[in-house]
Amino acid sequence: MLETAISSEIQPADLDEGTHALEARPFLARQHVADLDSDPLITLTHIHKIYKMGDVEIHALHGISLQIRRGEFVAIMGASGSGKSTTMNIIGCLDRPTRGHYFLEDQDVSKLSKDELADIRNRKIGFVFQGFNLLARTSALENVELPMLYLGVKTDERLKRAKEALDLVGLGDRADNMPNQLSGGQQQRVAVARALVNQPTIILADEPTGNLDSRTSVEVMDVFQFLNREHNITIALVTHEHDIAQYAKRVVIFKDGRIKRDEPVANPRSAREELERMPPVIVDDEEDEE
Amino acid sequence: MNLFLTFRVALRALARNKMRSILTMLGIIIGVGAVIAMVGIGQGASASIQSQIANLGNNMLIVMAGSANTQGMRGGAGSNNTLTADDVDAIQRECPSVQAATPTVRANGQLVFGNQNWAPSSGISGVNEKFPLVKAWPVAAGEFFTEADVRTANRVAVLGKTIVDNLFAGGDPIGQMIRVRNLPFKVVAVLSVKGQNQYGQDQDDTVLIPYTTAQKKLLTITWVNAANVSAISAKATFSAQKEITDLLRQRHKLASNQEDDFFVRNLSDVAEAADQSSKIMTNLLASIAGVSLLVGGIGIMNIMLVSVTERTREIGIRMAIGARSKVIRRQFLIESVTLSLVGGVIGVLFGIAAAITISKMLQWNTLISPLSVIIAVVFSVLVGVGFGYYPAHKAAALDPIDALRYE
Repeated sequence: MLETAISSEIQPADLDEGTHALEARPFLARQHVADLDSDPLITLTHIHKIYKMGDVEIHALHGISLQIRRGEFVAIMGASGSGKSTTMNIIGCLDRPTRGHYFLEDQDVSKLSKDELADIRNRKIGFVFQGFNLLARTSALENVELPMLYLGVKTDERLKRAKEALDLVGLGDRADNMPNQLSGGQQQRVAVARALVNQPTIILADEPTGNLDSRTSVEVMDVFQFLNREHNITIALVTHEHDIAQYAKRVVIFKDGRIKRDEPVANPRSAREELERMPPVIVDDEEDEE
Repeated sequence: MNLFLTFRVALRALARNKMRSILTMLGIIIGVGAVIAMVGIGQGASASIQSQIANLGNNMLIVMAGSANTQGMRGGAGSNNTLTADDVDAIQRECPSVQAATPTVRANGQLVFGNQNWAPSSGISGVNEKFPLVKAWPVAAGEFFTEADVRTANRVAVLGKTIVDNLFAGGDPIGQMIRVRNLPFKVVAVLSVKGQNQYGQDQDDTVLIPYTTAQKKLLTITWVNAANVSAISAKATFSAQKEITDLLRQRHKLASNQEDDFFVRNLSDVAEAADQSSKIMTNLLASIAGVSLLVGGIGIMNIMLVSVTERTREIGIRMAIGARSKVIRRQFLIESVTLSLVGGVIGVLFGIAAAITISKMLQWNTLISPLSVIIAVVFSVLVGVGFGYYPAHKAAALDPIDALRYE
């Protein structure tokens, strides 16, 4: 449990710039395969979220309780307004629950300040968004470096880790490309590299295939499955596509601010195998550069 | 995240929008440039007025005999015979604010050399050897007459340039004998060219002789018409004025109910007024230029606000991946300060270039002082902080969820 040991030792007080250990260590060292008895990474207990819109109160979450363990690959599904996005925002420390507790690696983060949440997001959470959300006119490498800038990683180390992360998602040769010179799938892979470069506890992917065609979607899901399988990275994936959810190992379905179903996927799809069955695409680099 | 990295992030953000950054800076460039150029012109004007003032003499005061009053008929300033060379010596000796003093005895008359003759329009002046110091008027050639010449009432003369031109037609006058009111005088020196005074009178059309010679040999009088006095500094002219007045009242034994029988005029008054008006002019120009700097600042604020709105998503991304509000605020502040600082520095160069161009083309004096450069740069940084704070605060206050959802 190398990663667990290192991550759980870091307390908020240590989160200030550069005070914690960031010595060179094998990038994304292979972790133990998930077993259901391992400590939960994420524990939500009776989470309520109430939005106030003027005089009207909108009860977005009605006492959600959910656990995600290390190494899991969870798909969160539900119609819009079901509370899945609110749950993701809370898990991602972008938002705080109105009531209830959220433990991230044994730390109750439900009452932390804005700045403390920013530090948690920086260190423990990797975001992948539907719209890629890369910085425009900024190279892939610089985009991947960004989370490390806010962590205070030294230049050499930053460059090295950014390159490694890009290699991991298969874009090592595209480091100097600007986002608009990359295809949608490539942009999303840069976003994945950015999400995992600070070695987060969990990667949260919000509709990561929403803007992609079906083949590219499978490619991106292959990256997620690869990271989950080979590097034991915990992934939570919000999607409304049933097909996409089937790549995960577990599906949680939200409805009207409650969890309606929470069950393992009987036979998860394998993106790798599907890609192998697909007719090969002639990769033409020039085509990508618009 | 340390300041240096924030600085780099801010610079990269500015570099991504080069055209806009340059246009935003243009406001500050023009503002600072205008301040530098305007202050340069103002100070140049001030300096040239100062040099004109210096031309009047070294912090000069003029003491004139009062009006003669014979049976109710008053002869006007300088007509009284109560001011003497001894008074002038006393002024020199006893007034601590006085640097030097020379009596002036005025005479008129024809000058003759060979077959040429000439009547100097500024007259013949009897003065002492301190004249070049008091009037800040050195000789161009020869040696000014000495204290011994004055003591012995020697017949020596120092000529203005106009006299030399008219009597000697370009020849060397030094050592030549001229006749003043039919008395022979030896020319010992030629004054440097002074040009017109502010009333258009040719100051070079003059002859200087020892005042004793003028008193005894030309006029046979014992008094002097006036004294030129130089104070030890511009400020000291006022105390000198008071000291001279007190001294002369005492020497002339005037009771406290009697009027002064002399006038003391402080030329620095005039000088100071001229200097003051040029300073007012400088301030006026600077404040007009300052307004354009302010407009430049508002331009920065405008662009930064647009930039914050336009980059809402970027701010959301940065916050989502762990930027604290403070870091976002710092980034935008640094962006605006960088715009204003770089703009300020370019503006200084631009302003100096403009000042030089103006002085070349219009033949105006300009003077760039380091202080105005420093003030302009500091001010432009303050503009950046001042006008950048609100947009930066607005960026930092964004909610990451809303910012990420912003289209």
